[in-house]
Amino acid sequence: MELLAFGKTGWGDELFYATLMTIAVSITAMLVGFFFALIFTPLKLSKYKTLNLVGNFYTTVIRGVPELLVIYLFFFGGSGAIMYVASIFGYYEYIEINAFITGSMAIGIISGAYSTEVFRGAIQSIDKGQFEAAKVLGINKFGQFYKIILPQMLRLAIPNLSNVWQITLKDTSLISVTGLVEIMRQSYIAAGSTRDPLFFYSFAAVLYLLLTYVSMKLINKLEVKYSRGC
Amino acid sequence: MDFDLMITSFPKLLGATVVTLKLLSASLFFGLFLGLLFAILRLNKNIFINKFAYGYSYIFRGTPLLVQIFIIYFGLGQIEYLRTTFLWVILKEPYWCAIIAFTLNTGAYTSEILRSAFQTIKPGIIEAGKSLGISNKIIFYKIQIPIAIRQSLPAYGNEIILMMKGTSLASTVTLMDLTGVAKYIISTTFKPIEVFIVAGGIYLFMTFIIHNVIKYLEKKYSFQQ
Repeated sequence: MELLAFGKTGWGDELFYATLMTIAVSITAMLVGFFFALIFTPLKLSKYKTLNLVGNFYTTVIRGVPELLVIYLFFFGGSGAIMYVASIFGYYEYIEINAFITGSMAIGIISGAYSTEVFRGAIQSIDKGQFEAAKVLGINKFGQFYKIILPQMLRLAIPNLSNVWQITLKDTSLISVTGLVEIMRQSYIAAGSTRDPLFFYSFAAVLYLLLTYVSMKLINKLEVKYSRGC
Repeated sequence: MDFDLMITSFPKLLGATVVTLKLLSASLFFGLFLGLLFAILRLNKNIFINKFAYGYSYIFRGTPLLVQIFIIYFGLGQIEYLRTTFLWVILKEPYWCAIIAFTLNTGAYTSEILRSAFQTIKPGIIEAGKSLGISNKIIFYKIQIPIAIRQSLPAYGNEIILMMKGTSLASTVTLMDLTGVAKYIISTTFKPIEVFIVAGGIYLFMTFIIHNVIKYLEKKYSFQQ
């Protein structure tokens, strides 16, 4: 227990902040994923074959390649890519990107591929009559999407999005390889300095279980709230 | 684009793919048995056995695979007693630790897939078997298991692909699998994009094969025939 004390003697406060970091990375990655999903879902549902191809390429590649490989691509390639873009604008200094940004971008792109599939499935399961009714009522395209389709889609998507959230939360443990101090990295440091890996990795497992448990409870509440009247 | 690097790294990555495939096939093989065992335990009426099986799958599905590998590889070695038993022969090898972790992980997911497949079997089928005078044991082995396997094929196909991606974590415990070698080449040449294209291509090719094999099996064993 003294290993978990707060302050200088134990690892309690370090692990607490590491847990906050895991939550922060997960939420950022999830939002980055939504952003990608909002771009790629319309592409996958588009009438045009070329756009379909782009959308399918994204989801197939990301879901078929290990997360760790994507993280290595971002970790080793991220600053190179940014520097290349900067060099076009005439900036040649060395740019180092923060591990938080690299990590949440990498996990975000992965989570985005899963979210895209969820959104696509949800939109496709909305009754065609809803689109037609909206059209008949003279609602414009913008209104059709934001007032009619999106609210219905979100309700259908919540159960599957909770799976995506779980995947994203667990994937953040992989960012520890880039040195970002989240639960896994902090446990690695603590295990190294106290020579007690069994305790710290088991504790990390408990923290992850706690995070998944609490988030499931919250999402279930959301699900109930948005299923009223169905 | 450094095409020379892509060509020279291809054989090295292909060699590492063998390690990935070995890890994958071993953990899927053991994981399927473990999954079947725990699926049966989940359907047991005894509440303790039932809860135990649920706890197993909850813990292994609720924590990252990385934590599981680290607990087994770094953590278990700490227990003095284990070092004196024959288990230590297995546990000191990162290769076997990775397989144990992957097996336990995929076993948890497989047990959930099989459990839901067992539960979707229509009671009428079992009743039909009973009224034909077939013993409970035969009903289970000859009727329930084949139907459950067919039912769970699509979900199990996804699990195989997830597990294939999961084997990349073996590289964190010093194993040189496809991701491990890819990372080594990236960190020595600093050409992440080229290596990513080659290694990612190999992974995608494997995904493609698995996907199509499962699709073929689904068609072959579909009920409509």
